[in-house]
This record gives sequence, C-alpha cells and structure tokens, in this order.
Amino acid sequence: MNEITKTLLDLISDWDGKFKGAYNLRVDGTCAGRQSSDNIAILSKEDKPGLEIRIRPGTKGESVSIPACVTHGDVDDLVYNDFYIGEMADVTIVAGCGVHTTTGEPARHNGIHRFFLSPGAHVKYVEKHVGLGSGEGLKTIDPVTECFLEKDSVLEMDTSQIGGVDRTTRETKATLGEGARLIIRERLLTEKDQTAATLFTVTMKGDGSAADVVSRSVARDTSRQEYVSTVIGEAKCTGHTECDAIISGKAQVDASPRLFARNEDAQLIHEAAIGKIAGEQILKLRTLGLTEQQAEEKIVEGFLS
Amino acid sequence: MLKLEHITWSTPDGVKILDDVSLEVPDKKLIAITGPNGGGKTTLAKVMAGILTPDSGRVLLDGQDITKLDVTQRAHKGIAFAFQQPVRFKGLTVRTLIEIAAGGEVSYTSLCDHMAAVGLCARDYLDREVNSTLSGGEMKRIEIATVLARKARLSIFDEPEAGIDIWSFAGLIKTFDALRQRPEGTLVIVSHQERLLRIADEIIVLAGGKLTRRGAGEEMLMSLISSGDAGTVCEKKEAMIGE
Repeated sequence: MNEITKTLLDLISDWDGKFKGAYNLRVDGTCAGRQSSDNIAILSKEDKPGLEIRIRPGTKGESVSIPACVTHGDVDDLVYNDFYIGEMADVTIVAGCGVHTTTGEPARHNGIHRFFLSPGAHVKYVEKHVGLGSGEGLKTIDPVTECFLEKDSVLEMDTSQIGGVDRTTRETKATLGEGARLIIRERLLTEKDQTAATLFTVTMKGDGSAADVVSRSVARDTSRQEYVSTVIGEAKCTGHTECDAIISGKAQVDASPRLFARNEDAQLIHEAAIGKIAGEQILKLRTLGLTEQQAEEKIVEGFLS
Repeated sequence: MLKLEHITWSTPDGVKILDDVSLEVPDKKLIAITGPNGGGKTTLAKVMAGILTPDSGRVLLDGQDITKLDVTQRAHKGIAFAFQQPVRFKGLTVRTLIEIAAGGEVSYTSLCDHMAAVGLCARDYLDREVNSTLSGGEMKRIEIATVLARKARLSIFDEPEAGIDIWSFAGLIKTFDALRQRPEGTLVIVSHQERLLRIADEIIVLAGGKLTRRGAGEEMLMSLISSGDAGTVCEKKEAMIGE
C-alpha cells in the first residue's frame, strides 16, 4: 500500500493501520485487499465491476468497510456495490472514496450503491468523499445511492464531502415501507471553481414511515452548488427536508426542497436557508479573542461538524 | 483601571448617542451603569469593549491608550463582553463556545463550575448546539458562562437580567456577588435591576448621552428610588421578582 492510499484511507475510512471487521479495499479500479467475516460475506459481482455484500440476519454490532481510492490521474473507475442486510441486523457500513491526482489528467470515481434492508434491520451508513493532489486534472466523484427499506427498518446515512473534489453529482433515492425510517445528514464544502449537485428523492410508501433529510453546506470563492430534495408522501407518514448553506465570495447556491403529498395523512415539512456568516456571530467570537479569520473558520468547522 | 475621556459617539446618520462622557472604572470594583432607555448605556459598554470606536475621546487601560485597539485586541488585553442579545450558532456546541472563551481545552470540572454558576447542568447542555432549540433564557445564561470562562480582568455585562426568568434571577445575583469577590475581576454591569444595582460599589446614571449622576452604590440607589427617576428602576419588575 503506497503513501497516497494510506493518506486517503485515513481521511475516508476507519482504517488505522488495519480495518476493523470485514472490508474490501479498492485501489485504482482493482481489489487490493478483502476480508469477509462469519456474518458478512463480500463477493465479487460476476456480470460487472463491484461487490455483493450479504449480511446475515441478526448480525449485531459488526462493521463493513469498502473504501475506494483513485491514486493518480487518467483513471475513470466505475463500480456497482449491492448490500443485502438481513432481518434484525444492526451494522455499520463505511464507504469512503478518495481521489488523488498530481497531473493534468482527470481522476474519477463513480460508485453506484444499492442497499436492501430487510424487515427490522438497522444500518448506519457513513460515506466520506475527499479529493487530494495538486494536479490540474479534474477530480470527480459521482456517487449514486439507492435504498430500499422494508418494514420497520432504519437507515442512518451520514455523508460528507469536505474539500478537494472538483465536480460531483450526488444522487440518492430511497423507498420506504411500513414503519421504516430514513435519516440523512449531508455536509458539503466547495471552494474555488468546484461544482456540486445533490439530488435526493425519498418516497414514503408505507404507513408510519418517516424521513428526515438535512443538508448543510458551505460554498466559497466561485464555487456553485445545487440542492434538490424531493420528499414524496404516498402513505400516512412524516417527512422533513432541510437545506442550510453558508455562502462567501462569489459562490452560488440553488436550493429546492420539494414536497409531494400523495396521501391526506402525509405530514411534510421543508426548510431552506442560504446566507453569509452573520456579522454578530463573528463579533461574538472576536470578543472571546479570535481574529475575524479564526472566527469564520470556527463557525464553518462547527457548521459542517 | 479603565478610563474613558471625553467620549462622543454618533450613529452613522448623525444622531449623537454619547456626548462627552468621562469616567473611571477602578480595579476590583463592581460598577453599575443605569439610566433611561436610549440614554447611551449599551453604546458606552460597546465603546469599552472596542465593538464601537468613539468619534472623539480616549479609552485608557492602566494608562495605555487602547482607543484604536479592535475587539480581538481588547479581548487579548483582558476585556470580556456579554451581549444583551446572545447570538446563536448552528453547529457550535456549548462546550466549544466555552472552550473558545477559555482559550483552550477546559476540564470537565471547570466546565461544570461555569455552567453551575449560571444555573445549568453541564451534563445536559455541554453537547447541545447553541442554536434555536435553546430558549432565550438558556441563551442568556450560556452567554454569561462564556464570559465567566474568560477569567477576564474586566467583564462587561449588557443587561444580564434581560430574558432571565424569575426563578434564576436570585442565582444570577449570587453569581455576580461571587464574581466581585474574585481577586482579578472588575465588573461593569448595564442594568435597570434594583437588586443588581444594590450589589454595585458605584452607580453611574447615563441619560441623553451624558453622565448625569454618579455615586456610591447604596446611597445612589436610595436617591434614585426616592427621586422616582423614571425608567431607571422598574418597580413593577422588582415586585414580581420579589415574590
């Protein structure tokens, strides 16, 4: 494992010299290491690049990590990973992606992840994306996530992209059955001329289902972000979607939280707020001894934490 | 000692708020600034903290001219300021805010002490975000806790009682009383509250942008109450708090 891979792994996974539990490490489009466990089987797909990950019913407290690293330019990696989580399992899935290039050649990773949660399953899904390297080649990460939540299952998705990725389109779709719950927390930072598009579509089909989709982002310099979140209530359900963005410089943010009610018992709420850091916030931190720049950094750090 | 010399300050559209105000804040004393609304109290407190720069006049700390020092530089000189209307931060926790105030990591015991001084339990609040889920009263108490954590040589409180619920008011008085016992602390409190004025070593009345009266605490308080100086001490509020 070279130093670039180690650096990327530090940022995107729970790797600390070794992985805890089951893992599959993908580097530059090929498998660089794999470990299944008694309860978590990681298999290669036969028809296309990617993995099939099967988690036994009732598995508790285990984790599976599937980081993907692109360590140099001129790589365009595409991978399809499917997760099948058995009934009543309670697991953590970590799926980070790091892209690095020091040349003018572009580096891209496109991960298409599908999650199938059986009844009563509980998954904490952590996804971290980062771009590194001084090259002018565009660093691109385009994740697609599709989630199917059966009765009473819970998916907590914590997804972040804090810096370094030049272009990204992040598409997440979820379908919720009876009593299922989906909680999404997204954090995004764009700088320079980076662009990011986030598209969430959540369909609540079962009675008693609930979705809470919250995105916080910071757009600096001349970067641009687009946020479209569509929450569809087709049953007796509750849905909430929120987008909060801090802008500075000449950055642009378009936010469109959308609610589609298709059942009279659907209760849906959306919120969106875009603005620069409030002057009184900076002033308060300056009275505590921080400079204006330190105050801004603290506010952004807290906002994206 | 903090000294203000001939301070004037006007709003950007030319309304004079402070008109030739001079005063001294001796070390290790509690000075209360009171007076009618719009009299210039908050503006004066902000001039002390460097939040506003006077149009003319000088601010001296131990003889050093700090008029041109900005808010951050004054904070480094040991001046702390508690805002009348505390600001909220999405994402910053109470713990983070107190640690920024203290200038680094703070032990759990000290965090507990700061929180207890404002009547809050550290366990319930430290990891909460300083956002809109906190009530106005909770925000106010956390604001005061951030100033306590600074261990400043001069702490300025702008209407600390505003928004504090009646239940916690007695605790607030106790906190200020304890603060004035600390060897390092000098306190300036902008207030209308009789019970806060009562613990002051000195009371200054600011009206129409001018320093109109000043004197020793108890004596001045009696004089203010007997003269019925409207807007200085709110009797109805006092009656409620006394219940």
